[in-house]
Amino acid sequence: MAMAVLRRLGQTLFVLFGISVLVFLVFFATPGADPTARIAGRNASPQTIARVRVEYGFDRPLPVQYVRMMEKLFVTRDLTSYVNRGELVVPEVFQAAPVTVSLVTGAALIWVLASVAMGTLAAALRGTWVDRGLMMLGLVGISIPVFWLGQVANLLTQSRYHDSWLFSWVPGLGYVPFTQDPLGWFRALVIPWVTLAVLFVGIYSRVLRADLVAVRGEDFMRTARAKGLSPARVLLFHGLRTSMMTFVSLFGLDFAQLVGGGALLTEVVFGLQGVGRLTYQALGNLDLPLIMATVMYSAVFVVIANAVVDMLYLLLDPRVRDGRA
Amino acid sequence: MDADAPPLLAVRDLTIALPVGGRMVTIVDSVSFTLGAREILGIVGESGSGKSMTALALMGLIDAPGARITGSARFKGRELVGLPQRAFRTLRGREIAMIFQDPMTAFTPVYTVGWQIDEQIRAHGRVTRKDARVRTIRLLGDMGVPDPARVADRYPHQLSGGLRQRAMIAMALSCNPSLLIADEPTTALDVTVQAQILDLLRRLRREYGSSVLLITHDMGVVAETCDRTMVLYSGTIAERGPTGAVFARPGHPYTAALLDSIPPLHGARPARLPSIPGSPPAPADRPAGCPFAPRCGYAHDACAVRPPLLPRGVQDIACVLPAEGRDLPARCVSA
Amino acid sequence: MTTAFPSAPAAGRASAGPWRTAARVLGRNRGAMASLAVLVLVGVACLLAPVYARDVAQTDPFTSNVAGTVMLDGRQLDIMQPNDNPLHLGLSPIGPTWRMAAYPLGADSQGRDVAARLLYGGRNSLLIAFSAAALCILLAAGVGIVAGYAGGVVDAVLSRMMDIMWAVPVYLFAISLSIVTVTQGLRIGPFTVASDNLLIPICIIALVYVPYAARPVRGRVMALRRSEFVTAARGLGVPGHRIVLRDILPNVTGTLVVLAPLMTALALMAESALSFLSIGVQAPAASWGTIIQDGEGLIYTRPMVAVAPGLAIIVVVLALNILGDGLRDALDVRDGDRGRG
Repeated sequence: MAMAVLRRLGQTLFVLFGISVLVFLVFFATPGADPTARIAGRNASPQTIARVRVEYGFDRPLPVQYVRMMEKLFVTRDLTSYVNRGELVVPEVFQAAPVTVSLVTGAALIWVLASVAMGTLAAALRGTWVDRGLMMLGLVGISIPVFWLGQVANLLTQSRYHDSWLFSWVPGLGYVPFTQDPLGWFRALVIPWVTLAVLFVGIYSRVLRADLVAVRGEDFMRTARAKGLSPARVLLFHGLRTSMMTFVSLFGLDFAQLVGGGALLTEVVFGLQGVGRLTYQALGNLDLPLIMATVMYSAVFVVIANAVVDMLYLLLDPRVRDGRA
Repeated sequence: MDADAPPLLAVRDLTIALPVGGRMVTIVDSVSFTLGAREILGIVGESGSGKSMTALALMGLIDAPGARITGSARFKGRELVGLPQRAFRTLRGREIAMIFQDPMTAFTPVYTVGWQIDEQIRAHGRVTRKDARVRTIRLLGDMGVPDPARVADRYPHQLSGGLRQRAMIAMALSCNPSLLIADEPTTALDVTVQAQILDLLRRLRREYGSSVLLITHDMGVVAETCDRTMVLYSGTIAERGPTGAVFARPGHPYTAALLDSIPPLHGARPARLPSIPGSPPAPADRPAGCPFAPRCGYAHDACAVRPPLLPRGVQDIACVLPAEGRDLPARCVSA
Repeated sequence: MTTAFPSAPAAGRASAGPWRTAARVLGRNRGAMASLAVLVLVGVACLLAPVYARDVAQTDPFTSNVAGTVMLDGRQLDIMQPNDNPLHLGLSPIGPTWRMAAYPLGADSQGRDVAARLLYGGRNSLLIAFSAAALCILLAAGVGIVAGYAGGVVDAVLSRMMDIMWAVPVYLFAISLSIVTVTQGLRIGPFTVASDNLLIPICIIALVYVPYAARPVRGRVMALRRSEFVTAARGLGVPGHRIVLRDILPNVTGTLVVLAPLMTALALMAESALSFLSIGVQAPAASWGTIIQDGEGLIYTRPMVAVAPGLAIIVVVLALNILGDGLRDALDVRDGDRGRG
């Protein structure tokens, strides 16, 4: 097991390095205009441009630029935004992180619960109209663009039905810190949570149903029935528990990707000042250092989260733990 | 066994049909047999002969949509055919238990073996977790598992095939079932382990008082283990009778051919074992007459009509030969 | 995970048999056929966008028309109308009239016909989605086949590269690529791609999904490489490129065909998201994503501006997903990677 952990750790470090190179190349080696102008922002003065060129080493070869950049991002963390008059970028990203984590965690809770319920119910009632209906619902969920769903949700909860008993509790758009007002935090986030969760409920319920149906044919499911267990117990304790493997690995990836920026569209639509919305604002005024920082930190987060999920996986599946599967 | 006692299990004209490609295909055709208390009955046949289907039907585990099961199977006087699933559930595991061919895949991979045996014990009675584990460990010990307490905490993939099958049998016996159905319990195991498992099965009737329905394709296993033998061919009974008699004087050419294909234990080994030419017909295109006729060296005009199962001495044989006075030659029994 | 595509490997080459069977199975799948019909219908409607704009609505969906008027039931109406609020403060564009010739879905904040923009936007959205999916599958097939067939170091390098690309959240990756190209465009040697060229979003979307599509292809090729007929061909000394062309490629086609609608759906979603963030299709050109962006400010007063293109996306993506499911069942291709939006 120690060997497996070490191997995974080495792999993680390698991927981290690869990602940093990739992001660096995207921003500084894409053929086109001078990266200096991109960093300095629109209508930058010649002095600023000259300063940027020296600061980032754009007059030096690419490897030097790479090292300089990584240093600014992760060691000195003094990457500054030229658009926002010298604001330090990295702390800004960290300030926004709790909002994103709040959004994604709540949505994850909803989508896990809902998709397990939907997938299990559909598998249990395989072939019936309930099954077909739930799976169709899932497919519809997969097909809705989240930013559009957010707008429609806003339309209904903020405007059309805001005065009815149904949605009068929904506060205006924006985030309320949990430490300030837990209830307000909750109320502000319920609609965004549900909106973000819809797509994943669709994906996960369909994946889970397919897995559960596939697992039905396994020998151990027959054994479980032969033991005289109730159908519910067979499905939940033997089928679902075994199917959870795929579910968990998928979940880890998606959760990390969302925290790392996938929730951007939801944050934008609901006016939640998280990492994603920060990126969005940077898009608007072409604040390249900020985008670079969010992308880099997000990617790093995703890689580390994936490594953590893999470790969890070790705990969940005894076969993997023994390095057999 | 005691001939006067009512049989534990009496199966009459059990017929199983499944829908295949839009029409019903008879997989098992009018199979009848009885199983007394503490008896071991061997059901022998090639794959596709319907032996596993018969077992699954007795367990109420055939859930293919549209499956039709007719006939009768009385277990302790209770009719199993048409029994609702809810009632089956109280029988399964407690009264009738089953062990499967491949102990690797028959345990749920994510739980320890002990957990899975505890689960069965607790499913059929009010037993605390602790008491269940005590019983589990005792059962595992009874099955010849060394260091049962430690094995109980192991996951299936961490055990050898033999240990897994012992654990499987322990699980099957955990509620003292009157009937144990063993579906090819030794096929996936090494030869030496096979012998140990068969030994264990024979001991069961003594120590647990269980009857065993042993399903196998291996005549050698039957010879070693079973009191009586039933040979299935293509969903129908070819021959049944006490094992000794069947092995000494097989009445059906198919039985004889099966016996020929066991390597002899004594004497010179033949250069190559005889095999039965051809393969059994698919259930959908069985011939109208004797299903074995196309592969049978004795086939003649009379075989165009399906032969009924007729008694001949202590055996019942579904072949025209005995009635025509042309018995197959007797064999020297090595079992 | 490997894919199962029975019957073809035995022949070594995809004969007409499995394809004809698949077509028959697909033909019997009512959902898939209905989806196909919907897709064709939407495609034709979008192709007819100029006809609608010129001959039916007689509007120019690309220029601002805030001072314009429209004839409705014989009355001349301003396109920009006073708001519904009690003081009639501010102006809102006209709402849906449900008349084919007169702003059936209303106007956007610049007084342009939403219906006409919807059709023109559909042309761009669909063009980008289909092209990006095609390009992505082409690239993925190349990467997957080379990695799967060559194995060893080549496979290790390509697979790690794909891992790294896939570790960057898809949308962030696309955003990064867009932001560096959207300002000045691309200059590769003598070629310059203008920043409003549709090639840019097409290439970006294709690129970011390559790792996703390459994985099942690689798995399939690896399974094929170990199969008997390829071993036999190698044993006979058939050169590698011939094996790839004649034995591997035809058998990977099933996987690629199943991927096609799925990738198109993902590409359409990605395109609309990028356009919504105003780094995809550039104004004044439209796509369904940009129209939703246009409608954001009007969402409480004139929701139809944003709702209509959203519904269009949902219908098309849903149809593509149902078609993809149908194709997968028909071709009996299973893969380990599941749909991810």
